[in-house]
Amino acid sequence: MAEVTSAVTAGGESASLWRSAARGMRGFFEWFGEIAEFCGRMARAAVTRPFEFGELVRQMDSIGSMSLPLVALAGAATGVVLSLETRDSLTRFGAKSMLPAVIAFSLIKETGPIITGLVMSGRVGAGIGAELGSMKVTEQIDAMEASAVNPYKYLVATRVLACVLMMPLLTLAADFAGILMDWVADMLVQPISLRAFIDSGLKDVMFQDFIPPTLKTAVFGFIIGTVACFQGMRTRGGTEGVGRSATSAVVLSSLFIILADVILVKLIVVFFPSGG
Amino acid sequence: MDEGQDASPVEVRGLSKAFGKQKVLNGVDLRAEKGETLAVLGRSGTGKSVLLKLLIGLQRADAGSIRIYGQEATQFGAEQWNQARTKMGFLFQEGALYDSMTVAENVAFPLRRHTDLTEEKLREKSRELLSQVGLERDAEKMPAEISGGMQKRVGLARALALDPGILLLDEPTSGLDPITAAEIGNLIRDLQARRRVTCVMVTHDVHGARTFCDRLVFLRDGRVLLDGTFEELSKSRDLFVKQFLSDAA
Repeated sequence: MAEVTSAVTAGGESASLWRSAARGMRGFFEWFGEIAEFCGRMARAAVTRPFEFGELVRQMDSIGSMSLPLVALAGAATGVVLSLETRDSLTRFGAKSMLPAVIAFSLIKETGPIITGLVMSGRVGAGIGAELGSMKVTEQIDAMEASAVNPYKYLVATRVLACVLMMPLLTLAADFAGILMDWVADMLVQPISLRAFIDSGLKDVMFQDFIPPTLKTAVFGFIIGTVACFQGMRTRGGTEGVGRSATSAVVLSSLFIILADVILVKLIVVFFPSGG
Repeated sequence: MDEGQDASPVEVRGLSKAFGKQKVLNGVDLRAEKGETLAVLGRSGTGKSVLLKLLIGLQRADAGSIRIYGQEATQFGAEQWNQARTKMGFLFQEGALYDSMTVAENVAFPLRRHTDLTEEKLREKSRELLSQVGLERDAEKMPAEISGGMQKRVGLARALALDPGILLLDEPTSGLDPITAAEIGNLIRDLQARRRVTCVMVTHDVHGARTFCDRLVFLRDGRVLLDGTFEELSKSRDLFVKQFLSDAA
C-alpha cells in the first residue's frame, strides 16, 4: 500500500514538474513574441511624423554625456589591469615590445566594446527600466496616450535611438581612456613617450580592426534600449514591480549583449577577415 | 470628427469588459448629451474607472459599442483614436503628472504637440490654464513639490489644454479638502456654462454629484442599475441606492 502511495506521489510530482516546465517554456516564447511586437510598434513610431528631435537630444545627453565619466573610468581601469597582467606573460615569451600593440588591439577589438556594453546596460538599462516602470504604474504613460501622444514615439523610439547613437561614441571614449592609462602604467615600469607608445601600439591597426568592433556597439545600444524600454513599459504591481523591471532590464540586456557579441565577432571575422 | 453635429458626444451600448474570468462591465448602456455633466456612481471595483478608460481608448472593450460624436470608436485605429483624443480631456485619479517636467511644462505638453503656438504663446496659455485652477504661482515647481490636491488641479488644467468637448474625470474630488473639492466642482460647472463641455465624472462624492452634475448613473454588477437626476434617484426604493444617497441627504 505504501509503495502504491509513493508511486502516486512521484507521478503527481512529475506531472507538476512537467506543467511548470511547460509554463516556463510558454512564458519564454511569449516574451519573444511580445518583444517582437514591441519592436514593430517602435519602428512604426520612429519613422512616422512628427519626429521628437528635442526629446532625442535630451536622451542623448542623459544617456551619452552623463555616462561618459563612468565609461571612461571603466576603460581606464581595464587598460591598467590589462597592462599589469599582460606585461608578465609577454616578458616570459620575450615579446615585451609587443605590449602596446597587444593592449591596443585587445581594447579596440573586444575589451572596450564589451566593457562599455556591460557598464551601459547597468547604468542606462536600470535607469530606463525604472523610469518607464515608474511612469507606467503612476499612469503617466496612459496620460500621454490620453493626450494623443504616442508613447512609443516619445518615450521608446527616442531612448532606443539615443542608445544606438551614443554607444559607439562611448566605446571610443573607453578605448581612448584604456590606451591612455595603459601608457601611464607602462611608463611607471619603463619610461616611454606617449608618441612612441601610440606609434608602437597603433601602427598596425587597420580600418577593419577598428570600425566594425566599434560599430557593433550600436547593436548593444539597440539591445539595451529595447530591452529596458520593453521591461519598463510592461511593469505591473507598484514599486515592487518597478524594482523588478529595473533588475530584469539589466540582467536581460547584459545576457543578450554577451550572446550578441559572440555572433557579431563571428560575423566580423567572416566579413572583415583581417579584422577578425 | 465634428463636434457640431447633432449626435450625442458620448453614447455607450452593451459595453462589456472582463479581466481574466472577472467580468467588470457586463452590458453597460449610457449617454451623455452636449453640455451635460454625468456622474457615474457605484461601489469600489465596479468598473467605473475602466469605463472611462474604455471611453478614451486606453483599454479595449470585449463587446458593445462606444460612439464618440456619433462615430463608432470600437472600430478606431491608432490615428483615429489620436484624433478623437484631441477632443477629449482626461483627469486621472492621482493626477498622473509627468514627474520629470515642471507644472507649466505638464500643462503645455499637449499644446506643444498638437498646436503651432510659439513658445511665448505656449507660456501664456499655460499660465492662463493654471490661473483657472488657482496655481499660476506654482508654474515652475516640480510635481513632487506640490500637494496631492494641487497635482489634481494641474491634471485638470492639462486635461483642459486642448479645449476638449468631452471631459472624463476620474474621482476629481477624492482626497481633497471640502473647499478645494467645491472649487473644482465650480470650475467644472463654469466650463460647462461657458463652453458647453460634456463631462463624465466617476465619483464617490454623492454630495458633489448632487451639486455639480445634471444626471447620475448607478453601476452595479457591471450594469447600469439606475439613471436619472438626483431627485428621481432619491425616490428609488432600492436599498443600495438609498444607502448610497443617504450620504448627501
